[in-house]
Amino acid sequence: MNAFQRMNTALMVDEAKQIFKVSRQAFVDPDILEAERTRIFDKCWLYLGHASELPKPGDFVTRQVAGRNILFARDAKGILRAMFNTCPHRGAQVCREKHGNAKSFQCFYHGWVFGLDGALRSQPGEASYAPDFKERSTSNMQQVPRFETYRDFCFVCFDRNAETLDSYLGPVKEYLDIIGDQAEASMTIVGGTQEYSMRANWKLLTENSIDGYHALTTHATYFDYLKATNGGLVPVPLEGAARDLGKGHAVLEYKAPWGRPVAQWIPMWGDEGKREIDRLYQGLVTRFGEERAKRIALFNRNLFVFPNLVVNDIMAVTIRTYYPYAPDFMTVSAWALAPKEETDWARKYRLFNFLEFLGPGGFATPDDVEALEQCQRGFRNSTEAQWNDISKGMGKETPAYDDELQMRAFWSNWNKHVFAPSA
Amino acid sequence: MQNITRADVEDFLFAEAELLDEWRLPEWLELFTDDAIYYVPSTDVPADSSPDKNLFYVADDRFRLSERVKRLMKRTAHAEFPHSRTRHLVSNVRIRSRSDSEVEVAAAFITYRTKDGVTDIYFGSNRYRLVAENGRLRIKEKRCLLDSEGLRTQGRVSIIL
Repeated sequence: MNAFQRMNTALMVDEAKQIFKVSRQAFVDPDILEAERTRIFDKCWLYLGHASELPKPGDFVTRQVAGRNILFARDAKGILRAMFNTCPHRGAQVCREKHGNAKSFQCFYHGWVFGLDGALRSQPGEASYAPDFKERSTSNMQQVPRFETYRDFCFVCFDRNAETLDSYLGPVKEYLDIIGDQAEASMTIVGGTQEYSMRANWKLLTENSIDGYHALTTHATYFDYLKATNGGLVPVPLEGAARDLGKGHAVLEYKAPWGRPVAQWIPMWGDEGKREIDRLYQGLVTRFGEERAKRIALFNRNLFVFPNLVVNDIMAVTIRTYYPYAPDFMTVSAWALAPKEETDWARKYRLFNFLEFLGPGGFATPDDVEALEQCQRGFRNSTEAQWNDISKGMGKETPAYDDELQMRAFWSNWNKHVFAPSA
Repeated sequence: MQNITRADVEDFLFAEAELLDEWRLPEWLELFTDDAIYYVPSTDVPADSSPDKNLFYVADDRFRLSERVKRLMKRTAHAEFPHSRTRHLVSNVRIRSRSDSEVEVAAAFITYRTKDGVTDIYFGSNRYRLVAENGRLRIKEKRCLLDSEGLRTQGRVSIIL
């Protein structure tokens, strides 16, 4: 146990005085990262991918999840599989492509061949192996211990004894439903992955993704841009609420002046767009009634699923996940999610919306990257300047979207994991 | 465009690089036609993909490109304030095809960006469609194909590539 762990907390909390502070050591200490690896990323449900990425049998993607190499595939029977991408023979990565379609997977090192379900099919020199060799489960590619799906969001967990995904998500499911219900048929990932990195601690991106407080300052140029687009905004003020969904999960739900492809029209989209948005909205009303249709269509949601999944249902729907490589370095992957059946018009404007604001070439995300990297630089002073303050909105009955309740929800749960007594 | 030589194209692209490195972005914008596009596709989609159907890093029409320039000249474009120092190197310039109205050009690039003691390298191929307007070359399309796997470690495309 190192000195920091002996402190037994990273938080300084006094509800009565409305103090909630986080030790900056939590962003820089390698021992903390090690504790996060074993106590969070080895224990929690982690987002692997979306079922729509693998529409046909044989489709696969390879992906890094908490440092592991995972082969995510749809087998010959159409069943989704999450396997460790390592040959049971001598360890080489079996599948070396990022994505594709295969009939089987062959390890190039000694030529072992596996089915789409990971079962060993053949290996050179079979006669030299024990007669029951192929029947042994240890001869197959190893499945990830836990793999479960909710509304096509596929998660893995490396802890065999973890609670079910259903129970882990709890109230998060309602928000995934709202997103899933935007499609009449189903939601699908739209081609093209944004892969980037930040020279910052991963928890800064957690905070940033559910931070409604920074938009007007950090993203001033984005709002300038919307104003310049001659009808890019509607007179809807930024306002709404933040909710703690338990287990470190949190959501912001709010109205905003930008266009939502499901279904808030902005003048810039013209008459064609108006007809399309009206049609989409009517579809929602028919399927779910006026009240729920309004909630789906007119409210934005920044949904955070502990520890590292963000689903932003804002001017587009994004899925974003990220992992630490070092206390001051993370990798990020982001995808666009959209109703499968949506028209070319809606798809185009959804992607335009996404790009304008989101992603490392947009008018906003680069400034987030800069902010997070600047925080990390600020933490170089953490021996003396020790604390972050996230007390905004403490004591309020209904914290606003731009309060910091959601960050306190994250940190409280993070603290519980990292400083839990060792089993 | 039958009389345009590779040297003409190189002069034009070298001048473009200089404008970018000197942060003379409003002048740089004038190199583009009114219907120009500037694309940086994500790195796991085919080179000729459309941003209408695929998630890109950047997909600017002329309007958004001009807004990008306006943004980058502001102090509130935090990612580039203070401005990074950059060096755009252009090489392997080749005219891929030509017609009466335009030439298609491929040029390899390496761009260095330095800020706060960190240097990032962007590399890939820029594909241009160039046209002549009033006797001068203009960019109708600039498609920047990154060779890296995503933007690791660059993190962002906060400069113009």
